[in-house]
Amino acid sequence: MSGKRIGSTLTVETLARVEGEGALRLRLEGGAVASVQLHIYEPPRFFEALLRGRRFDEAPDVTARICGICPVAYQMSAVHALESAFGVRVDGPIRELRRLLYCGEWIESHALHVYLLHAPDFLGYESAIHMAADHADLVQRGLRLKKIGNRVMTALAGREIHPINVRVGGFYRVPAASELAPLAEELKWARDAALETVRWVSGFPFPDFDRDYELVALRHPSEYPLCEGRIASSKGLDVAVSEYEEAFAEEHVPHSNALHSILRGRGAYHVGPLARFALNFDRLPSVAREAAREAGLGPGCRNPFRSIVVRAVETVFACEEALRIVSSYEPPDRPFADVEPRAAVGCGASEAPRGILYHRYRIGAGGLIEEAKIVPPTAQNLKTIENDLWQLVPRHLDLPREELALRCEQAIRNYDPCISCATHFLRLEVEE
Amino acid sequence: MRGTLVIGIGNRDRSDDAAGLVAARRIRQKHPRDVLVLEQDGHAAALLEAWRDARTVLVVDAASGAGPAGTVRRFDAHRERLPAGLLHASTHSWGIAEAVEMARVLGQLPPTVVVYAVEGSSFGHGRRLTPEVEKAVEDVVRRILEEVSCPSPASP
Repeated sequence: MSGKRIGSTLTVETLARVEGEGALRLRLEGGAVASVQLHIYEPPRFFEALLRGRRFDEAPDVTARICGICPVAYQMSAVHALESAFGVRVDGPIRELRRLLYCGEWIESHALHVYLLHAPDFLGYESAIHMAADHADLVQRGLRLKKIGNRVMTALAGREIHPINVRVGGFYRVPAASELAPLAEELKWARDAALETVRWVSGFPFPDFDRDYELVALRHPSEYPLCEGRIASSKGLDVAVSEYEEAFAEEHVPHSNALHSILRGRGAYHVGPLARFALNFDRLPSVAREAAREAGLGPGCRNPFRSIVVRAVETVFACEEALRIVSSYEPPDRPFADVEPRAAVGCGASEAPRGILYHRYRIGAGGLIEEAKIVPPTAQNLKTIENDLWQLVPRHLDLPREELALRCEQAIRNYDPCISCATHFLRLEVEE
Repeated sequence: MRGTLVIGIGNRDRSDDAAGLVAARRIRQKHPRDVLVLEQDGHAAALLEAWRDARTVLVVDAASGAGPAGTVRRFDAHRERLPAGLLHASTHSWGIAEAVEMARVLGQLPPTVVVYAVEGSSFGHGRRLTPEVEKAVEDVVRRILEEVSCPSPASP
């Protein structure tokens, strides 16, 4: 990040450690915040249009290309939507393998964000490389944790980036039990490392910044949610995934190429680890619940800066869940359930590391996709990020502009925004 | 300690961005002795893992924004810092430059790390290199084959 003052405008360019390209523009009038706009100038990529006319079974692999960090989320939302359309229910070992694959993605994504992207903010380092100079052992632990997540993904999906083994109905190939067994020892280490991570990040300095969010996440009758559940909120929403578009809407805003999502009639809402944790605390395994309690974290947490602790707790969950699946795994008789395409509409939602990822497909009689709709978690959080900044900036107007920019960036990184599979992201302009 | 590693980096579907991958494949086809050739997408964590314990690492990647198409730059990571904005960056901005600097800080930088950056001009969808980059890739392949057959002493 670098900053420069041009007349009454402060411009800070090139924030790394977030995903995609955009800018934050703050306008101040008379010492008060007059507007906050998160400008997303990352060009739209038209994936929904690109899917039209393609065979239904191409959707998992095509949509996986949307993101290099959370391709499994795209695959899982796609296969669940399509299976819903075709009346297919996947259960048993295949369902377990899907959860295992998703756990791998959570571990690698959360480890990357906690250790390499967000921790430097709290400890006052410019980047993880600068942090590594003083805390090499911690960075090594984060890298090893991430690697184990990647190994889980590779074991199931052929490769860690843009996996190729997922299909509608299951997998092209499932591993033998002997192929997964070696992961157990690594996952035990990872679970311990994740517990250490919770202790470490819970000691960071957190600003007093509780917000009255409407938290939205999947809620499953018995599991911490990954691929299935109803859509619930902290303010009483409880709808089926198929009712998503009745409850939520997307809006164009002039300053952004990304749509902003709202809860109809209620406005901004918050998806992601903080929401999942608040709504599903009772679904966490005891080891993760205990770790959270020891860290002083309960389901009532509404401070987005503490999302780094929640990510660490969710990493404990993901390691524990992966270990459970690896330890009890018996291969299915067949790697996939038969799928017979038909003209239908199907919806699916899963919990990407950054929050709910919604897919809907309308399939024609020949099995071709006639319409696709994809709502990623970051689009759902954009309005909430802006609202956070409306609240945060007035508290820090006395800071030098460069320091103010750092506070804003840290607040944006609370959401681990994934604006695209691109590179550098943010310019901050303060207009007075 | 393992021997020599050649790592080609890029995206095969984005025209000149595939320069590193094409170079890696052509080097592999020449079967240089005691050389392991890998193809990667350029994420820092994967690079750190790949070159762990290697003695000599040669990386090829596409670059942009620093000269005419086909320009080849050679960086010795022990002698200079890689310009972070030059090379293809991976998701969340963790690419080759970050991998080199992280390895340096952690004391895990292999004794020799050389990065060839090939300036591209087209990064749109497609599987063809532009003629300038095609020529530059041939040049890089030749130079790397020379380097691995007559390795220079490890950098201090």
